[in-house]
Amino acid sequence: MNPFTELDGLVAPLDRANVDTDAIIPKQFLKSIKRSGFGPNAFDEWRYLDVGQPGQDNRQRPLNPDFVLNQARYQGAQILLTRDNFGCGSSREHAPWALEDYGFRVLIGPSFADIFFNNSFKNGLLPIKLDAAEVDELFRQCEASEGYRLKVDLAAQTITRPDGQSIAFDIDPFRKECLLNGWDDIGLTLRHADKIHAFEDRRRAEHPYYYS
Amino acid sequence: MQAQTLYEKLWSSHVVHQEADGTALIYIDRHLVHEVTSPQAFEGLKLAGRKPWRIGSIVATADHNTPTDHWDLGIQDPVSRQQVETLDANIREVGSLAYFPFKDARQGIVHVIGPENGATLPGMTVVCGDSHTSTHGAFGCLAHGIGTSEVEHVLATQCLLQKKSKTLLIKVDGQLGRGVTAKDVVLAIIGKIGTAGGTGYAMEFGGSAIRALSMEGRMTICNMAIEAGARAGLVGVDETTIEYLKDRPFSPRGEQWEQAADYWRSLHSDEGAEFDKVVELRAEDILPQVTWGTSPEMVTTVDGRVPDPAAVTDPVRREGIERALKYMGLAANTPITDIPVDQVFIGSCTNSRIEDLREAAAVAKGRTKAASVKRVLVVPGSGLVKRQAEAEGLHEVFLAAGFEWREPGCSMCLAMNADRLEPGERCASTSNRNFEGRQGAGGRTHLVSPAMAAAAAVTGHFTDVRTLA
Repeated sequence: MNPFTELDGLVAPLDRANVDTDAIIPKQFLKSIKRSGFGPNAFDEWRYLDVGQPGQDNRQRPLNPDFVLNQARYQGAQILLTRDNFGCGSSREHAPWALEDYGFRVLIGPSFADIFFNNSFKNGLLPIKLDAAEVDELFRQCEASEGYRLKVDLAAQTITRPDGQSIAFDIDPFRKECLLNGWDDIGLTLRHADKIHAFEDRRRAEHPYYYS
Repeated sequence: MQAQTLYEKLWSSHVVHQEADGTALIYIDRHLVHEVTSPQAFEGLKLAGRKPWRIGSIVATADHNTPTDHWDLGIQDPVSRQQVETLDANIREVGSLAYFPFKDARQGIVHVIGPENGATLPGMTVVCGDSHTSTHGAFGCLAHGIGTSEVEHVLATQCLLQKKSKTLLIKVDGQLGRGVTAKDVVLAIIGKIGTAGGTGYAMEFGGSAIRALSMEGRMTICNMAIEAGARAGLVGVDETTIEYLKDRPFSPRGEQWEQAADYWRSLHSDEGAEFDKVVELRAEDILPQVTWGTSPEMVTTVDGRVPDPAAVTDPVRREGIERALKYMGLAANTPITDIPVDQVFIGSCTNSRIEDLREAAAVAKGRTKAASVKRVLVVPGSGLVKRQAEAEGLHEVFLAAGFEWREPGCSMCLAMNADRLEPGERCASTSNRNFEGRQGAGGRTHLVSPAMAAAAAVTGHFTDVRTLA
């Protein structure tokens, strides 16, 4: 996983609640057996006017001019502003894969669905929860000024606005360490292999019927 | 000892290690695997030169991509076929406790085959790269969906990194009215607490109305815990649970059965256990439900109307309703029973078990599909459900009514195979998600119970099943 430390990035606003993972990456693209290449199909049904299929040349497809991320001013955005319950629905990790492949590194919203939130951290994508009022203000500022950027500093746990105001955010210490260092979870867990073996031996003795 | 919730009992019996900030390593007993969310995990494992920790924990099947008709022709879509063949190859290489491949007599939806084979047992931790893994919590086990990175993590370490959830009790007391089913109960719960109402919680369902449900009904309810934002749904173990599990293929036998059942009887929340939050509903207040929008919380009763966004003050919510009505092609204040349907889908991990098919057949019996309805798909959850339904003659009822009787799989719940809606088509569906495009790009989904789906099929529009005597 790529480490995440700091980012000074262009911000795009996606002003709707309950954006589900079916919307982030529709099912037909889940047939891929790879981990990469989902970016051109992120938000496919909102982004294009036709129905997308795997293996298409997406550059030839008609873009939906009404979809916010298609506006010229948001091209190259790395930070996405979201509303409540972003990433609800399916557990498909293809959703953070698509967002990361599209170019996003940070998501800022009032709340995220649990499984999506968890999946994001495994892919160097940082979801940040802020108070609804703070998020409202970011939406307002972002929509009001073209080229709106935010600075995100994971070590300091701060977001800095162009007006200089700094917003603190919370993150689990363990997740923060993993993200800052780009650590592989599996490698970390296997340091506890002896404990896992000991747990398993005990469980097998107490509850043999889970092992038959 | 202090009174404990079921979640606390399950959590504390699986902690292998805990970090200073509370992040814990949780041991996983059962790993269910399907073709869509596993290929990248198996590949990652191989690239890192790792082996699965315990292959005896793995139960696998192909369900999302498999066709529901013309099995003799195989899987026509080459991309779908490749995904299923990749699962075949991965399981062949690493091994498993059980694999039910495409066309196997016991193949089916992963959340149907686990329980019916006794591969899901009380007291276990159960994971799968699928959000509807919450289904298995009906058995008093801690079960939830995980992402593909976590699938790889469980394969490699038999553990998952987790933080303890808060606990939420949904208590439904009283007696459900005639024609009101588990699906209506869970839709009413989601309507009450919202799709994020359970975020961060393990959601236990209790109360006399839940206790009175069969295992099939409890699975329907736990299945949709994730639609209320809760990764895990739970129902405490009772004699209904134990009776269901007796003599299933992977259930313990003989002395071990007695030992297991003794332990399982302790798997319920203790009297006086404290939950972080409690929500109560009266069973008598719950009527047949129909969703009208593009989120499961956008739901009302069959005697209700499509809401009027003009009456909503919160701007984000109002815009959400306006957008949903536009997508759904519905006008504000339309009576639910005036909404016609083009297709009907009876199936999915929510409602494709034998009891669901019996409920649908009871309505379909002696009736026929309305001429205006293009297609009614009945898709059993597994090969075993299909055979049982055929032994009971349910397929003849469906066929006589003009419904299609298909092979098992996920089918039109998410339309990864050929079963899907065309743009603009409206469907009464027993599945779990009415998101935009879920059943096919531009398709319009209304979530209902199997009985309500059958009622819509024979009348051509949403109909209160209680009026069809």
